[in-house]
Amino acid sequence: MQTIIEIKNLRKIYQDNKVALDDVNLNIFKGEIIALLGPNGAGKTTLISNICGISSITSGDIKVNGFDVVDNYREARKCIGIVPQELSFEPFEKVINTVNFSRQLFGKKPDEKYIENLLKKLSLWDKKDQIIRSLSGGMKRRVLIAKALSHEPDVLFLDEPTAGVDVELRKDMWNTIKNLQNSGVTIILTTHYIEEAELMANRIAVINNGKILLIDKKDNLIDRMSKKTLIIHTNSKINKIDKALEKFKLRISKDKKNLEYDYSPNKKKTGITTLLNEIKKTGIELIDVQTKQSNLEQIFVEILKND
Amino acid sequence: MINFRSIKAIYIFEMSRTFRTLIQSLISPILSTVLYFIVFGTAIGNNINFTNEIPYGAFIVPGLVILTISMQSVNNASFGIFFPKFLGTTYEILSAPISYVEIVIGYVGASATKSFCLGLLILMTSTFFVDLDIKFPILMLCMLLLSCVSFSLLGFIIGIVSDNFEQINFVPMIIITPLVFLGGSFYTIDVLPDFWQTITLFNPIFYLVSGFRYSFFGTGEVNIIISIFSISLFILLCILIIWRIFKKGYKIKT
Repeated sequence: MQTIIEIKNLRKIYQDNKVALDDVNLNIFKGEIIALLGPNGAGKTTLISNICGISSITSGDIKVNGFDVVDNYREARKCIGIVPQELSFEPFEKVINTVNFSRQLFGKKPDEKYIENLLKKLSLWDKKDQIIRSLSGGMKRRVLIAKALSHEPDVLFLDEPTAGVDVELRKDMWNTIKNLQNSGVTIILTTHYIEEAELMANRIAVINNGKILLIDKKDNLIDRMSKKTLIIHTNSKINKIDKALEKFKLRISKDKKNLEYDYSPNKKKTGITTLLNEIKKTGIELIDVQTKQSNLEQIFVEILKND
Repeated sequence: MINFRSIKAIYIFEMSRTFRTLIQSLISPILSTVLYFIVFGTAIGNNINFTNEIPYGAFIVPGLVILTISMQSVNNASFGIFFPKFLGTTYEILSAPISYVEIVIGYVGASATKSFCLGLLILMTSTFFVDLDIKFPILMLCMLLLSCVSFSLLGFIIGIVSDNFEQINFVPMIIITPLVFLGGSFYTIDVLPDFWQTITLFNPIFYLVSGFRYSFFGTGEVNIIISIFSISLFILLCILIIWRIFKKGYKIKT
């Protein structure tokens, strides 16, 4: 896969000596959606700001499309569009004017046809002459996307695109992002909504305290990290786990009617057959058996707990 | 290579802000100037005579123009850059493929253009009250332009370092207005006591008003070369401060 953004040994230390990014190494591939997942203050926005030139780099290298973001900032920035977390606008400007401004600010010739198509794609065409202040929150977010895409960038940064957005609008935004990916744009998405990352991203990078803790394909991550739980329903109350079952590290449920057993589904021997045989020997009568798989959220919590 | 398209984008965007509020942008400064002419030029001015050749009404025209354009330039440029900071839209400027020099040209250019046009409008207005015969019109236009640029640069600095609207208004009100009033806009400094004459020599606006007045009447309180040198020095100082601000990213970049 072709690398579009290459980050090497990136460090960012603020004036108050706070280390915001600590030796970050990351390659982002062309055409993918990568989600930067992390709690508030993890360094997600700082990472984006460093790549886009909004904040200065303490040390390390960043290349966008092969162009260094410091030495060759003009070429590097031409490739980038950014949608900030905050809804920041000139409130009294018309939609069409602010989008045209963004295009020309990035050194592109005016192109009415392209802007028309872009606004149509984002369902903004009928609002083009409206003053931004009069738009709804969701529409304002779309205007920010239109501004970021106005100069036809290869890479789009979406910093918490659905923060504070209601469920319906969030789903709408997810469709928009997917459509953008289909049109060939590489998307870097920061979010602390696990559901969003799980649904949208091809790869997920978990960031905390300025460090990339883990980066992998979403499916690999879930496969690699996920655990399954076997829930064994019994017809009698269990107060204590039988000595013969201690090696399985079983848990007793709150209502004392179920036994819970964690296992890794990727291992060749899960231990389920042995467990069920041992349970049979103890004379416990089973009613039902079911399995539960951990989701990305549980994996995320686990990773942060181990950090 | 200079990114003219980006400079043009900032310039036009800033100018369009003025056109949205055209009436307020023009009426207020012109009305103030008219009041100055009525009060100082006609009502009081008929009893004042600093120079034998120049009527007082005409004498104060350069000072009034400097007074208005200095305030307007500082206001235009400071609001021009402070407003994006306040709204949080500087991210777009900072992430654009544009150099700091180009950013300054865009903002300061727009601010200076607005003030320059306003300066010309005030001059036109003044002709309704006094007979104005400008001796060196080209020099006058150059001095006007230099003044607009220098105060716009100062305004740009104020806009960057200010954290709120109160600070934006503070410098023009507390520093610029007194300097203009005490810089010989309405009198010649030889009417002042010796001590205050010496103090006035440290006021940069004194040289500006003197040079501007020279372009009108062919006579100023200091040599025109000294005036031009002083303005150029002031512009250079502002550019150095802006260069330092951008280099450090002071109050712009984190």
